[in-house]
Amino acid sequence: MSEKYIARSSAVASRVLDGEIVIMSALDSTLFSLSEVATMIWQSADGLTPLSEIVQQRICAEFNVTPDTAYQDAEAFVEDLARHGILRVSSRPIPENGSGNRADS
Amino acid sequence: MSTGISVSALGARPATAVRGVSIEIGGIPILLRSDDADFCRMLERRYAGFVNPNATPACEFEIDLQEPAEPSDEDAHVSRDGKTWFFRRGDFRAEWDMETRRGRVRQTPNPYSIDTVLRIVHSLVLAEEDGFLLHAASAVRSGQAYLFSGVSGAGKTTISRLAPSGVAVLTDEVSYVRKRPCGYRAYGTPFAGELARVGENLSAPFGAVFFLEKGPVNRIEPISDAVAVRALLRNTLFFSHDEQLVRRVFDSACEFVSRVATARLIFKPDVSVWRLIG
Repeated sequence: MSEKYIARSSAVASRVLDGEIVIMSALDSTLFSLSEVATMIWQSADGLTPLSEIVQQRICAEFNVTPDTAYQDAEAFVEDLARHGILRVSSRPIPENGSGNRADS
Repeated sequence: MSTGISVSALGARPATAVRGVSIEIGGIPILLRSDDADFCRMLERRYAGFVNPNATPACEFEIDLQEPAEPSDEDAHVSRDGKTWFFRRGDFRAEWDMETRRGRVRQTPNPYSIDTVLRIVHSLVLAEEDGFLLHAASAVRSGQAYLFSGVSGAGKTTISRLAPSGVAVLTDEVSYVRKRPCGYRAYGTPFAGELARVGENLSAPFGAVFFLEKGPVNRIEPISDAVAVRALLRNTLFFSHDEQLVRRVFDSACEFVSRVATARLIFKPDVSVWRLIG
């Protein structure tokens, strides 16, 4: 399994309000609602922590779910957000300023 | 990108007097210059109550009228290149320089093109000062403004039509939210919906914002700030997907919700709903 790194796109406006996250794509003003698990992944998307580690340390630690199932769900989620242009996914760490390694999507 | 018309040409105005109509919405006067007397009269009629010939214009537009053509039902396209905004639709092309606050519109002599241009310009001017335009009805009761937002069919026109005496309807279609030093205020607009009536030209501080839903009984339900922000943004007029602008309006919506009371208003379409308001 190749490792995945995820980072929030710079073309996004987001705010946590009363523990709920509101995300808007600055590209087309689409609004996104995230579940509790998805919010956890979104908030951990620092470009440096591998997705497998986010799943293991945050999702599996918090919810009663097997690592394989959690990872598959997380992978599908990040790919979906990447398709909407609000999350970047790469096989290499993504530096904060976006320079260096180019994200795959 | 160019629309083929030049904003800089505005500086070279002929010495003969050019007719114009100054339309003041939300306390922001926009001077529309045209040498066509019939067109100016049409503007004065359409925006009656919002014409202020004595106002110092915040923005000016030179209007070039073209031969009549079929009205366009496509969405307006709005983009920015540096400090210049470009607006276009089948029935008009315009550009507006944010720095000089001057622009030019080339359109057919119909009232709909300039109406759209005004909505776009006001949305851009408001965004600069943390305000916005919203698909919503709004009304003033006892000195407080109440805003009723919702998708098409949610009841904006219905609630406006049911407004009892003593309630001034600001609009049944496009609400005007402006941040002032003393807080947020709602302003009347001439942008009419199904009610086909221009709003009252007055303003008031916000009492509350309601997100409309039709139901069997009237009731007000609390909602979280996140739900309110999403509902607000869903009904905000975004003419452009300019990244900077979208971010700014997003932040404005978050701040607005943190300062103004918001709730869901479930209502049955009769006058009794107004007992819950104000």
